[in-house]
Amino acid sequence: MNEESVFFSRVLTELTLSFHIIYATIGVGVPLMIMIAQWVGIKKNDEHYILLARRWARGFVITVAVGVVTGTAIGMQLSLLWPNFMELAGNIIALPLFMETFAFFFEAIFLGIYLYTWDRFENQKKHLLLLIPVAVGASFSAVFITIVNAFMNAPQGFDVLNGELVNISPLLAMFNPAMPTKVAHVVVTAYMTSAFVLAAIAAFRLLKGSNHIYHKKALFLTMKVGLVFSIATAIIGDFSGKYLAEYQPEKLAAAEWHFETEESAPLILYGILDDGEVKYAIEIPFALSILAHFNPTAEVIGLDQFPADETPPLYIHYLFDIMVTIGMSMVVLSGLYWLGTKLKWAFVNSKWYRWLIVLGGPASIIAIEAGWWLAEVGRQPWILRGIMRVEDAATTSPHVDIMLILFAGLYLVLGVGSIVVLTRMFRKNPVEQEIEDRHVEKGGDIL
Amino acid sequence: MTLEIIGIFVLWTFLFGYLVVASIDFGAGFFNAYSLLTGKQRILTNIIQRYLSPVWEVTNVFLVFFFVGIIGFFPKTAFYYGTTLLVPASIALILLAIRGSYYAFETYGSRGHKGYSFMYGLAGLFIPAALSIVLTISEGGFVHMINESPTLDYEALFTSPLTWSIVVLSLSSVLYISSVFLTWYANKAGDLDATRLMRKYALIWALPTIITAGGIMVELRSHNLEHYENMLDIWWAFALSLLLFIGTVWLLWSKRSYGLAFVLLGGQFLIAFFSYGFAHLPYLLYPHLTIYDSFTNEAMAIALIVAFIAGLALLIPSLYLLLRLFLFNKDYVRGKKENNHA
Repeated sequence: MNEESVFFSRVLTELTLSFHIIYATIGVGVPLMIMIAQWVGIKKNDEHYILLARRWARGFVITVAVGVVTGTAIGMQLSLLWPNFMELAGNIIALPLFMETFAFFFEAIFLGIYLYTWDRFENQKKHLLLLIPVAVGASFSAVFITIVNAFMNAPQGFDVLNGELVNISPLLAMFNPAMPTKVAHVVVTAYMTSAFVLAAIAAFRLLKGSNHIYHKKALFLTMKVGLVFSIATAIIGDFSGKYLAEYQPEKLAAAEWHFETEESAPLILYGILDDGEVKYAIEIPFALSILAHFNPTAEVIGLDQFPADETPPLYIHYLFDIMVTIGMSMVVLSGLYWLGTKLKWAFVNSKWYRWLIVLGGPASIIAIEAGWWLAEVGRQPWILRGIMRVEDAATTSPHVDIMLILFAGLYLVLGVGSIVVLTRMFRKNPVEQEIEDRHVEKGGDIL
Repeated sequence: MTLEIIGIFVLWTFLFGYLVVASIDFGAGFFNAYSLLTGKQRILTNIIQRYLSPVWEVTNVFLVFFFVGIIGFFPKTAFYYGTTLLVPASIALILLAIRGSYYAFETYGSRGHKGYSFMYGLAGLFIPAALSIVLTISEGGFVHMINESPTLDYEALFTSPLTWSIVVLSLSSVLYISSVFLTWYANKAGDLDATRLMRKYALIWALPTIITAGGIMVELRSHNLEHYENMLDIWWAFALSLLLFIGTVWLLWSKRSYGLAFVLLGGQFLIAFFSYGFAHLPYLLYPHLTIYDSFTNEAMAIALIVAFIAGLALLIPSLYLLLRLFLFNKDYVRGKKENNHA
């Protein structure tokens, strides 16, 4: 019975998180994009950017609503599905969870105000000011929640003495070694993904017949921002490797299929695992040692140092491949686009290149999913590394399977609903129409 | 005051906040769906859009705050309530999700899907019913320790009159609180039709609210004598609450000072809610869990309280701004189009 509960609890948690993270990522990144667009619009006195901010904000409301309700779901599911873990975690890491609700509260209040006060201010800058708490609140929600996840990977700030928790320090628990790289990685990839999703939409409009300068401006702005954040992501990813080598070597070793502890370790990319043997892989000499320790000859701990029941499943290597491949491709794609636009290379405005940009949107979301699966599966068998195993944390309630079906149905409704509403919203009111309407309203003068 | 008391006081205050704002929200959704059925549609739709849409996320946060906070201050509740509440809390979550998405999908997206409006209205009644089960469970007698893990006895729960009285109370008070608030809001907006309708609903739902509230106290006598006696010790607080109730009904009946009527109603629920909670102490779950044996460590408690005070310093001015713009702004409430554009 309990084994079944554990299994379904895992599936339900994975399902909720996989669904929530799409909306959460957009929820963290898009406010920043809206802010940038509105700011550029004010600076350049260009109505197109203001309209961009306005239309993004309208779509954002739909995604944020789904993000909020699924976020509430995962917040409560933590206690419902993993009561033993939350009892322990509540004692040590409740502080950032608690602060997250404040950050979100703050964001929710100002988002409500921001959305309902377009055109209420004569001075656009005042309206932009209202967006700052939204963006700050959104990013800090991500920061606090990621701190909790970092704690699960590198628990500290307490001692266990005869089965009792002693010497608890909430701040020490928050500022654990996993926290800097993890938080930076999550926040920056959210910005990156949001930029590329918005770029994909602009490229898609351009491909589908609209040749309006509005979309061209949107595309260039989002690709530029995406480039900056994808480069930042690569740099932070490198630091994440160094963190793992130091504090969670088994996760790094499993992700890189690094079986034997050795010096001058090569990095394995792609390939498949056949009966414990790596085939068709690309081997980059010294690269793993560099990734792990900044030093081509350094020793990297392999899986041979860990008992078999404490190593994560080896399929996480594929997740690593997916994440890194997409991330690097996006750097190249946006880098070429930026360079090509500056140097007037024709191919960056060709059809096939725009299709690649369209593909980049969903691909970035897939990279986010792969990254989270890598992070979570790579921590197995632990829910709290070294302290509590997943199977000891789960609920004993026998009804988890039915709840799984109910929630799956809910996510289906929310997913389909949000896509339908978003497409209808923008199809009914294309940008050409809106620009015209605004001109009529204002008697022809632009802002 | 001990840290335990401060902790539960903070959480209870947020739960009270949720009770009031969510009741307004749930009730309005129900009245809206009901008016669609009876053909009086769109009397309320306008008010719902003007008042509820900007604040729904804020309503939601009150609840999130409560359940995150209770794990923080009283981590053992995760073990007891987390295990036993899987089914009712999951159902409430799914319904909350449907309502939350309604605001986004219907209000900002395309309007007028009738089926969704009904789901939204009905969900608003099922959520308080599902959530109120927690209060019933906390009275004890429904959770047994089997193999060292708490197990909910569904049969006992669903055959107990206490369960159903609490469900009825939660429903009628949702509709009562909501209709009193909307009477005032509609009156402020100068919408006479809506005011008349809401005043009628308020008077209808006042009676079942007070009768079930009284009935529950009687039932507690046989179900949980300790709690009952603790409540009797502070009978004067409940009497005061009753007086405020009479005041609200009288004001509504004589069609005056709807604003004051809502304030009195707030007072009535505030006193009753806190007196009930006070009498419940020290138990969080009879007889397994008290605020003392489930309390977190001192370091965490102090950290949480500091974070709470810092958070409030940030939130209160923001909330004030929100209310000023959407609740107390006459032009906005009346639905005038802002024309401070150049």
